[in-house]
Amino acid sequence: MPLLEVNDLQVEFRTHDAAVRAVNGVNFTLEEGETLGIVGESGSGKSQSVLAMLGLLASNGRASGRAMYRGENLIGMTNRAMNRIRGNRLSMIFQDPMSSLNPYLTIERQMTEVLELHKNVTRREAKRRAISLLEAVRIPEAAHRIGQYPHELSGGMRQRVMIAMALLCEPEVLFADEPTTALDVTVQAQILQLLRNLQHDFGTSIVLITHDLGVVAGLCEKVMVMYGGRVMEQCDANTLFAQPSHPYTVGLLRALPRLDHDGGELTGIPGNPPNMAHPPAGCPFHERCADASDECAVDAPALKAIGPGWLRACHRPVHLIKKEASHV
Amino acid sequence: MSDATILSVRDMRVHFQVKPKNRLPWAARRTLKAVDGVSFDLKAGETLGVVGESGCGKSTLSRAILNLIPATSGDIVWMGARLSGASTREWHRVRGDVQMIFQDPLASLDPRMTIGQIIAEPLVEHRPGMNTREVEERVRAMMAKVGLREQMINRYPHEFSGGQCQRIGIARALIVEPKLVICDEPVSALDVSIQAQIVNLLKSLQKEMKLALIFIAHDLAVVRHISDRVMVMYLGRVMELAEKHALYDTPRHPYTRALLSAVPVPDPAVERAKTVQILSGDIPSPIDPPSGCVFHTRCPMADARCAREVPVLRALGESSSAACLYAMAPA
Repeated sequence: MPLLEVNDLQVEFRTHDAAVRAVNGVNFTLEEGETLGIVGESGSGKSQSVLAMLGLLASNGRASGRAMYRGENLIGMTNRAMNRIRGNRLSMIFQDPMSSLNPYLTIERQMTEVLELHKNVTRREAKRRAISLLEAVRIPEAAHRIGQYPHELSGGMRQRVMIAMALLCEPEVLFADEPTTALDVTVQAQILQLLRNLQHDFGTSIVLITHDLGVVAGLCEKVMVMYGGRVMEQCDANTLFAQPSHPYTVGLLRALPRLDHDGGELTGIPGNPPNMAHPPAGCPFHERCADASDECAVDAPALKAIGPGWLRACHRPVHLIKKEASHV
Repeated sequence: MSDATILSVRDMRVHFQVKPKNRLPWAARRTLKAVDGVSFDLKAGETLGVVGESGCGKSTLSRAILNLIPATSGDIVWMGARLSGASTREWHRVRGDVQMIFQDPLASLDPRMTIGQIIAEPLVEHRPGMNTREVEERVRAMMAKVGLREQMINRYPHEFSGGQCQRIGIARALIVEPKLVICDEPVSALDVSIQAQIVNLLKSLQKEMKLALIFIAHDLAVVRHISDRVMVMYLGRVMELAEKHALYDTPRHPYTRALLSAVPVPDPAVERAKTVQILSGDIPSPIDPPSGCVFHTRCPMADARCAREVPVLRALGESSSAACLYAMAPA
């Protein structure tokens, strides 16, 4: 049985203008020790899907569908039940470590709090564990650093503290929302290395939200590509990069400047991402899609399997897309 | 005149006096060396990429070139004229030829001005004799060039997406037909699909208008795509300055090698096979930079000599130069 099984997850926000459907039918399964990458541009719904699973949506947001974790549905779970799981069995790393750490509390207090709540240990024992985790994420002089406040640490260091904090209770699933986006590349490399090692040592499953396909290539086994609140393509990482089957995935890969070769002209995807308050009818990508037909403007394609563990939502047959994808 | 040097920067330093924390009158003043001895030349129509991590001084450098932040010392020669000690009027003239594009597309546009006003402003400032009809014509022509519909002329910045705002920023910079445009992280706030649109737009306008670009970014892949030459900065100093191909294919400086190996490549086979050279620790503070070579505290090749001697940027073969005691010229 998979560790996490998500079925038809929907997220809707009530706003002054209209109801905004931010996530529209996300499905995936996550096995133990597996890493899933969720890729998409701003507004694609990648963060909201994860926040919904952890009961962290803004007050005007409402989630529906099923996210089964060990026989319990995370969607619509009571706060009381969620509080037992969140930060304990399922934990999260946010993008901006400065605004997600409490500036008034020392690192020690923020970390021991988690353990006292979930593991019912003494403050002394909690501190001992906190220091050993700070050491595990390679914070130098951890015993000294633990007495400092977030503002005394550099960006990379704060992100390490966040990771250490998320791992305090040895969670089964770690949700990481753009964990390295705010960091410089050399620091990013340190953090990614750290996540790889932690996964190896603790066997944690990771759901990694990112817009950086390079990070996905290095860390993830499975990938889900989202656009306009819907899943466009879902498969294992090797397949996605070697033979992308959805026009959006193809477009994304072609728009990416490469470090390893010049590759001539970049091909941008024309147009702008959809306004989710007034989403286009049919496939959310059809207005920017080179392969779109009349059907795409009316009817949103369903996510269908085209191979084992390989799903795509597109009306156009794969072989017609592939011709263009071959020179990506 | 494609080979002519239009801009020379010589030994530029930008230092800031930092107030000590306790503010006692006898406390020693400390100096933050944001840019510390940077020299380079730029030819007409050329693109120089400037890369480095946060705090390396790349943005301060770009502002010092335009005197938006005054340089502490050093020379800037623009079209043969020395600008050190130039009057406000002379700087004003230079800024008609050197324009800037900023990182945050929305924050760099005045929310109370329509985009027509925003794009026309540099023209009104730098071509005071031009009549209103011609200004309008040029604004409309420029909007078409950067891919903005003419009907948008009376709208306000908040009505546009990030990519469109960056198009407005580009139109504003190019309306006075500058010779050089300094782009400070122009695409780093944009999504990949939009980023490619903007990079392509910049490239085609550069060709059409024969612009020189100084392209500042932290994304080494974007810089590779757009630049002719690339300058790598660390803690206010130039580590390596090389032709694009030389820099990416045979990086000479250990910092450049570390930077390049840290960038994730969107190809699982490559990405999983490569050995990332992880730099230990964080970038040191520019207030008390390390002695000798500023990179020696994190450098895998450093020895005792690196802590003593400041390496100068020296030519290594025809297309590279690096500031490292142990960097080797191609065999």
